[in-house]
Amino acid sequence: MDSGDLAWVLISAALVLFMTPGLAFFYGGMDRSRNVLNMLMMNFWCVLVIPILWVVVGYSLAQVPFDNDLLGGFDAFFLDGIGLDDNGGQLATIAYLGMFAAITPALISGAVADRMKFSAWAIFAPLWVLFVYCPVFKWVFGGFLGQRGSLDFAGGTAIHVNAGIAALAAVLVLGKRKGWPHDGHPPHSMPLVMLGTGILWFGWFGFNAGSALGANGQAAQAFMNTFLAAAAAGLSWCLVERFRDGHFTNLGAASGIVAGLVAITPAAGYVSGPAPIVIGLIAGVVCCFAVRVKFKAGFDDALDVVGVHFVGGLVGSLLIGFFANPDFFTGSFREGIFYGGSVRLLAEQLLANAVTIVYSFVVTVVILVILKRTIGIRVSDEDETMGLDASEHGETAYHSSNVMGGL
Amino acid sequence: MKLVTAIIKPFKLDDVKNALKSAGIEALTVSEVRGFGRQGGHTETYRGSEYKIDLVPKVKLEIVVADASLDNVVDAIAQGALTGKIGDGKIWVTSVDEVVRIRTGERGSDAI
Repeated sequence: MDSGDLAWVLISAALVLFMTPGLAFFYGGMDRSRNVLNMLMMNFWCVLVIPILWVVVGYSLAQVPFDNDLLGGFDAFFLDGIGLDDNGGQLATIAYLGMFAAITPALISGAVADRMKFSAWAIFAPLWVLFVYCPVFKWVFGGFLGQRGSLDFAGGTAIHVNAGIAALAAVLVLGKRKGWPHDGHPPHSMPLVMLGTGILWFGWFGFNAGSALGANGQAAQAFMNTFLAAAAAGLSWCLVERFRDGHFTNLGAASGIVAGLVAITPAAGYVSGPAPIVIGLIAGVVCCFAVRVKFKAGFDDALDVVGVHFVGGLVGSLLIGFFANPDFFTGSFREGIFYGGSVRLLAEQLLANAVTIVYSFVVTVVILVILKRTIGIRVSDEDETMGLDASEHGETAYHSSNVMGGL
Repeated sequence: MKLVTAIIKPFKLDDVKNALKSAGIEALTVSEVRGFGRQGGHTETYRGSEYKIDLVPKVKLEIVVADASLDNVVDAIAQGALTGKIGDGKIWVTSVDEVVRIRTGERGSDAI
């Protein structure tokens, strides 16, 4: 790896690390003030345990040996045999991918907010990375799904669809919060949500443009796509809310930006021209309506991980089937339908996502049912009422809080 | 001696303070409170879900005054807090048996 590429991958890795605290604030602000620290800690927990797990065995299982179709092995156990012969390129790439492994389970935390025992989360996160993330990552990037020609540039399928469907599985096993959906609670701090959104967007340039694994034209286009799709989706979500509900809301802008970032993630290095704007506009509208589904279907996805990450990831991944443009990138992937391709690419996208959805859902349910029957996964009714900051962490977020005890 | 308690709109606090200063009152205790009355609450919409905010933020004032200043103080608060719209709040007056200034031990109207 030359020095320019290496520099970009290292910077991108740091940018992706920054996304996890960004996500923590995005979720934490939406949460209630008595559970905000629990939300932050569920996210920060992922950057405590996953980097270690990734270096010990995760990277090896998810990648090495590269020829395996289904799962790596233990050849790179504790990064055995990884040297500096590529100017540190492989080491930088492993660190970069470790950041992705850390934020993926963190995405699920938004769904299980307000009621999951922290001890259960602490065990769930690494188990999920080991048994769900590592194999799916392998299949999508270099394994059998990737070899068939499905495309996932920065993790639309392997990360967002994967974590999104796991979030659905998790809330089905965990159950609804007390009082949901009748006793709703508005976000306790919209400024935190907006701050988190800004950090996420900033970090996402590393997530998407960094996935070119080099400082090159594909990285530049992925950067531009990340810029445009987020703006377009924030805009379209805001417009839907303005005409449906009456106001341009901050939460609508934030949700749309994240939905656009999610949707462009799988497509970032494969589409160009107006495609990122179209993908963003579609993702903003679709996700804005998708977050309402939980009320009809009756699953308590507290902060809309399913509606934003699962649906947004799926929308972006399927739209690759229409917008993929290999000529622009002089790349060796299939054309999308709008660029003279057949439906084959769309079919491969459907297959890759279907396999991911079924596997992730089933294994997530298995992990959580085992935890439920052993250590238990839900806090007591009293702890849920009094707040998880106190019961799970022995801390208070806002000591200045007035007599009402916050929202 | 009387205790004047008032619930007012938070954004009128400065006007009330100025009116009290003009009336010669230099002491005031303020708390942030929430409540509901005829004003009712309002609705906020987040991701399309409506939340009824029925406890409205208000400011509560408490002032202990000598009987002679009572009317001035009540008038000052009423004038400072008035917008003419629903939710302007209320003022009520209760009798006070004893007041002690902790620093000096003065009692009764000397302590006001």
